[in-house]
Amino acid sequence: MQVMPINYYIFLSVALFTIGIVGVLTRRNAIIIFMCIELMLNAVNVLLVAFSKMHHLNAFAADQLTTVGTEAQLFVFFIMVVAAAEVTVGLAIIVMLYRNIHSVDINFLNRLKH
Amino acid sequence: MNSILVSVLWGILLMYAGFLTKNKRSISVLAVVGAVAVLSANALEYMGLSFFDIDTKGMLFYNPYSYIFLVVIHASLLLYFLLSGTEVEETAATPSDHYALIFFVASGISIIAGFKSLLMLFLGIEIISIPLYVLAGSDKSNLKSNEAALKYFLMGAFSTGLMLMGIAFLYGDSGTFYLEGINMGATEMSPLKAIGGVLILASMAFKVSAAPFHFWTPDVYDGSPTVFTSFMATIVKSAAFFAFIKLFEGAFGKIQGQWQVLLAVITALTLIVGNITAVFQQSVKRMLSYSSIAQAGFMVMGIFAMNLMAKQGLVLYFAAYSVASIAIFAVLAKLKDHSVDAFNGFAKAHPLVAAVVLICLLSLAGVPLTAGFFAKYYMLVAVLKNGTMYWLPVLAIVCAAVSVYYYFRVIQAMYFKETEAGSVAEIQFSSSFKVIMVVCALLIIGLGIHPDWLMDLL
Repeated sequence: MQVMPINYYIFLSVALFTIGIVGVLTRRNAIIIFMCIELMLNAVNVLLVAFSKMHHLNAFAADQLTTVGTEAQLFVFFIMVVAAAEVTVGLAIIVMLYRNIHSVDINFLNRLKH
Repeated sequence: MNSILVSVLWGILLMYAGFLTKNKRSISVLAVVGAVAVLSANALEYMGLSFFDIDTKGMLFYNPYSYIFLVVIHASLLLYFLLSGTEVEETAATPSDHYALIFFVASGISIIAGFKSLLMLFLGIEIISIPLYVLAGSDKSNLKSNEAALKYFLMGAFSTGLMLMGIAFLYGDSGTFYLEGINMGATEMSPLKAIGGVLILASMAFKVSAAPFHFWTPDVYDGSPTVFTSFMATIVKSAAFFAFIKLFEGAFGKIQGQWQVLLAVITALTLIVGNITAVFQQSVKRMLSYSSIAQAGFMVMGIFAMNLMAKQGLVLYFAAYSVASIAIFAVLAKLKDHSVDAFNGFAKAHPLVAAVVLICLLSLAGVPLTAGFFAKYYMLVAVLKNGTMYWLPVLAIVCAAVSVYYYFRVIQAMYFKETEAGSVAEIQFSSSFKVIMVVCALLIIGLGIHPDWLMDLL
């Protein structure tokens, strides 16, 4: 079976992650920033599953009953759960902000400070 | 592991207590009882009595060092409840929610104290962070509080993303989430491990507000309700530092030489930025936010040195810093105005409370005979024992000298300035508040004369 090299996955994941970081640093809409953070977390999920498969295949050659590599796939579920909890709190905070200033632009807050 | 169970159960209990009683006072009493319960549950486990036994596959492991750290944290939590309970009651119609969130944070701290796997580190940090986003924004109609919550949330989630990427790279390199597994093997750094390490370092620096990732701290600490700033700046920060040192000792202990330079730069930047900016602040609350960055600089020195003395000294530092800051923040929360001038004539109106604040400020500045002196002393000696970068302790001492200036400005206002029209005289301090303040002062002086009381336990 031809296996896709791990590098491709790393490139994909780092590209997604970088898009997320650039989005967080440049965009000014709180919801878009939030989406970019989710993109970063999902880039990590892709990478973890890819590494998990890689370690599993490496160990599989030596031992057909190996469980190596399963823990990263479990980790992905934890990330999903935590991300969901973060969404709950984060969207609540953004809604609270919207009620007060009728905008989700984070520049607005900086203007208030001075 | 007792303390995880007890704090989670108490958090749930407090959530429902809001339905059962509308009496805010009794909810505060319940929270204090909870803090005592968590403290004693942890002490019982330290003495060998565990309530339950779960096979965590070695992902959680507690040694005496973690237990003593937890004792310090829970004792600070108790002091915090006793001193700031009335302020927590005032923040909302249902203070039980806020107390419940604080207990959930405490359970996260208990996980942090014993993690042996990156999974537990991630879960612990998130269990600490998510309730804090809510607490930061608990003053819902106040725009500054909204801003603090949003900023804290976006920055916190962003740094979590960095940490997860770091964890993924470390996993790719070593094929395991266990700290021992990552630490094992060649002393040479592979590219994956280097990237992972730097990403995790950046995210931990975010969490402990070390420069150059400190920029969110002043806004968040300043904007949050003062009573929750107190919690974030002391107990939570100590927990983040504990995670930091445990992670770097466990996962990167063998390659210390390769990341030490990076940490030395972070330390120097944190010390300089924190101390210099604090000098120019007019608001005491904002000054304390920058001072917490400056104190973080000293604590990062302990992580830089990473020897036995640094590890022990860090727990002493947590105790000294938390007790002193909790006491000052408790007084600050009672004052409606947070500028330095608000403290004018404070000593004349409230001599006892002013004396305690004086001791706390001296401890933060690191004056001998206070716990803060020995805390700083241990950090400096730990770096000297490390044998490299002798310029770092020198810089730290210079920065500590600078810090004396801004702490003494408050002392000067309290003792040597006259108040206008009795603004501070109107504040009432209950007798129980004064008793707890005196206990704080005694703790600081006690640890300042006999640091071995704490150090011998470690």
